[in-house]
Amino acid sequence: MNNRYSIFSLARNALSHHEKWGRAWRSAEPQPEYDVVIIGAGGHGLATAYYLAREHGITNVAVVEKGWLGGGNTARNTTIVRSNYLYDESAHLFEKSLKLWEGLSQELNYNVMFSQRGVYNLGHTLQEMRDIHRRVNANRLNGIDGEVVNAEQIKRAVPYLNTSPNARYPILGSSFQPRAGTARHDGVAWGFARAADARGVDIIENCEVTNILRDGGRVTGVETTRGTIKAKKVGIVVAGHSGVLADMAGFRLPIESHPLQALVSEPVKPILDTVIMSNAVHGYISQSDKGELVIGAGIDSYTGYGQRGSFNIIEDTLAAIKELFPVFSRMRMLRHWGGIVDITPDATPIIGKTPVENLFINCGWGTGGFKATPGSGWVFAHTLATGEPHPINAAFSLDRYTTGYLVDEHGAAGVAH
Amino acid sequence: MFQIDCPWCGPRDQQEFSYAGEGGIQRPQDPSATTDAEWADYLFMRRNPRGMHHEQWRHVHGCGQFFQVTRHTVTYRIESIRRMGESAAAGGESS
Ligand SMILES: Cc1cc2nc3c(=O)[nH]c(=O)nc-3n(C[C@H](O)[C@H](O)[C@H](O)COP(=O)(O)OP(=O)(O)OC[C@H]3O[C@@H](n4cnc5c(N)ncnc54)[C@H](O)[C@@H]3O)c2cc1C
Ligand SMILES: [Zn+2]
Repeated sequence: MNNRYSIFSLARNALSHHEKWGRAWRSAEPQPEYDVVIIGAGGHGLATAYYLAREHGITNVAVVEKGWLGGGNTARNTTIVRSNYLYDESAHLFEKSLKLWEGLSQELNYNVMFSQRGVYNLGHTLQEMRDIHRRVNANRLNGIDGEVVNAEQIKRAVPYLNTSPNARYPILGSSFQPRAGTARHDGVAWGFARAADARGVDIIENCEVTNILRDGGRVTGVETTRGTIKAKKVGIVVAGHSGVLADMAGFRLPIESHPLQALVSEPVKPILDTVIMSNAVHGYISQSDKGELVIGAGIDSYTGYGQRGSFNIIEDTLAAIKELFPVFSRMRMLRHWGGIVDITPDATPIIGKTPVENLFINCGWGTGGFKATPGSGWVFAHTLATGEPHPINAAFSLDRYTTGYLVDEHGAAGVAH
Repeated sequence: MFQIDCPWCGPRDQQEFSYAGEGGIQRPQDPSATTDAEWADYLFMRRNPRGMHHEQWRHVHGCGQFFQVTRHTVTYRIESIRRMGESAAAGGESS
């Protein structure tokens, strides 16, 4: 890779007052034809392009993006990364991803700030504690780290958390996954973009796909706001807009798009060195390296593409955070925003073939796909390159809604993020 | 956040209502003659449009009635509201 980042390049650039750093990736012009066109330059689309080049030697690839790279959910999420899912199918997929996260900064030569600070999924009722025991046992059988901790242990680890037995929703215990954590969301998109570009992938921004071209049930390319691009294979990786793209190709998906919001507080000194998630009061919180509290919760119940949500959701979210951390009650919130998440009936992604030949789709990650960014790209690259799913994503086919083989992770995996 | 004009109670805050999914979906008439693909389509596949959406809401914290709404999914503006059984034509915009 040219322009390798290292301590030496840092020192060299310091001499020129950091004014001479080169561009991290080219701004490519669309070519008339590619082997593979990927629609959507979010983390998942960019990771797909990178692994196509790196694992399968396919570099005649374009990633087309209607806005700017990484401006979708990739840059709007609360960055929680974990793999403690209940069912074997999901556990294998998310654990593959977590393993890739562990070497990602080195592999991409780009600091994605993956921080394995651990994640607690709290239990507030006896039934939740039973579910937590079941999930941790299932995780361990799948070789995924995890333990069940009691209220006393959580209190020692997170002293500001309200572990009083007199709380409105007392904390009885928690699962803890030590290898889980957070990462820098933009950094992941930029790192994959730079590494894919270095291997010859064209990343084309401000290029919206307006139609999917077909000939007798087989995809032949895409119509875009920057002209027609022919392609042997096309991959749709557009998160909340999956239904819109499926409609262009003449099929429907078991997906509804909903607004999901998050917010950050003013920055403060380090106070929370792990991630806390609670299903019962429904909120989750961590602290960014800048010091902001990063807070999220549930989706708006209605469908929407507005990238903004209802105020009452923010109110409920902050009530949940205050229930967990009364000490944060006077924190001021700085910003809030929304993303559009693609929700499936079984809260599980769809990664594989579509009714149109050579057209593949990777969607349905809903409220929890950031953690899967590298793994999703890795299995989808395999699917695009070979035309068949990898064993890790075979269960996540679109036709599971016809066969009935759903992977129902609703609630089974703690809070859904 | 928006208001919804319940056809039974009048305009109320959206928070009083619960969203009840895409409207106008019909259960297959003859279940034993329905293929797996048709069942999947009925149970799971949705239009999910970016634009006008024909949907159902329920006034859970009010009269408890279900009714039909046509709403724009980007602006969230409500185009028309009808009682169950009222045809789209009577209420204006169809989808
Ligand atoms: C508030 C919030 C909090 C979240 N928290 C977490 C979390 O803590 N942990 C976690 O694991 N996940 C979380 N998620 C979910 C996660 O963000 C997503 O599942 C994941 O980022 C999806 O990645 P993506 O690359 O597929 O999508 P995106 O980054 O949205 O990329 C899709 C891209 O496709 C582009 N596109 C759309 N239509 C077209 C078109 N017609 N032509 C060209 N391009 C198009 C879009 O502009 C966009 O850039 C959260 C999501 C939100 C909104
Ligand atoms: Zn009413």
